[in-house]
Amino acid sequence: MTTPFYVSPEQMMKDRADYARKGIARGRSLVAIEYLDGIVMVAENPSKTLNKISEIYDRIAFAGVGKYNEFQMLRNAGVRLADQKGYAYSREDVVANELANTYAQSLGQVFTNEMKPFEVEILVAQVGKASSEDEIFHILYDGTVMDVEDYCILGGNKDDIEAKLSAGFEKDLTLTQAIVLGASSLRGNSETDIDIAQLEVGYLDRNATRRCFKRMKKDELEEIF
Amino acid sequence: MDFSKITQLSDPGTSFIEYLRVAQPDLLPDVNNVDFTTAFDARTLPHATTVVALTYKDGVIMAGDRRATAGLSIAHRKMDKVLPADSHSGIAIAGTAGIAMELVRLFQVQLEHYEKMAGEELSFEGKANQLSFMIRNNLPMAMQGLLVVPLFAGYDLTRKIGRVFSYDATGGRYEETDYTATGSGSVHAKNWIKAAYDRQAQADEAIDVAIRSLFAAADEDAGTGGPDLVRKIFPSVATINAEGFQYLSDDEIEQRANVLLAGPEQGGAQ
Repeated sequence: MTTPFYVSPEQMMKDRADYARKGIARGRSLVAIEYLDGIVMVAENPSKTLNKISEIYDRIAFAGVGKYNEFQMLRNAGVRLADQKGYAYSREDVVANELANTYAQSLGQVFTNEMKPFEVEILVAQVGKASSEDEIFHILYDGTVMDVEDYCILGGNKDDIEAKLSAGFEKDLTLTQAIVLGASSLRGNSETDIDIAQLEVGYLDRNATRRCFKRMKKDELEEIF
Repeated sequence: MDFSKITQLSDPGTSFIEYLRVAQPDLLPDVNNVDFTTAFDARTLPHATTVVALTYKDGVIMAGDRRATAGLSIAHRKMDKVLPADSHSGIAIAGTAGIAMELVRLFQVQLEHYEKMAGEELSFEGKANQLSFMIRNNLPMAMQGLLVVPLFAGYDLTRKIGRVFSYDATGGRYEETDYTATGSGSVHAKNWIKAAYDRQAQADEAIDVAIRSLFAAADEDAGTGGPDLVRKIFPSVATINAEGFQYLSDDEIEQRANVLLAGPEQGGAQ
């Protein structure tokens, strides 16, 4: 009888975390910034059809970096749960907090029980009627969930992006200012110009009547830059 | 909430109804367990009556009276029978109110769910067919007297025209070129529209035709509510054009109704 190799739990978790982090760092990053009328998300994304930023419910948006099929599966599950809950109860009963916790539970389960952890970092954002009610949840590959304020960075190259973003951030930016700040932060220390074709921008506008999520079209971005 | 039911079972795709069938079937209407052996009088339940839809130059007008009846009783005086299906289409209901309202809610979520999951809206044709399928599913209930016969109308963003669909209890789907009506007073409403209809009418004229047709229906049909000047209850009206679905404000409808009622035809009452 062969004896299985002993791997200490610490080592196993460390290996999985390294694996997930490496996978995430291969992709491009994404930032979310609170602005005057809501929350804007800016990502570098060469694809026009495979989105990183999308709508979940009336006041809730989703963003993900890492492996596309994995965060897309999480997004779809989120849309289904949100629509199910809103249909069973009422639209106002669908909240980001519960959704973020469900994501954290699922990611945590997969991280500890499955062979391969998810190589994703996701964000669940919800706009309130006032900026003090805005909520951003940042969820990691192992189910760690963080409640963040002002802005949030997903993906690798965090330090460079953080340095530029924290220097330029202030409360109550306009939408245009926030998009420009987000896009330039994503460039990190690189000196190259911002390429609109590589940019994906979505935002939650708190003043919308029901569905707050909007996507910036290419001509709108051209106007900004 | 948990994801396990979705990941373990077959993927329901972009359909919310298919998803509910897996995740929470008790939220769907259970038409397969209808008891046909017990006598049941559907007239004890509230019913919604007359609704109309007509195209005009830039889109469609949908309108409905506000009365719900249960047999000979008035069940509700201020029911809204014209409802948005999504940003550019509306659904107007006639038939058993409870079942119709559930159908509308499910239809609304189904359209939005599809849009979010697929990344683009269903085609106008696709929406009309989806509704057809949902009505056909209700057929066992319809045979027990719990009938739903809605209208579906809206602005087709691809063809850039207003389109109107009527349905029968089996899910039969009929596209009308100009106008249609359903519910107990529909014959009278339709006749009024037929006499006054103009395909190239401006919204202003088409709205008045719609309101008058409902007054005419209320004049002849006990199930249709007429203008209630005491309680200030008037028909509900929505316009749907390139800008989207928009209700007329209560004040505007009241104003129009008052002008029509003071005119030589008394708003259609003969």
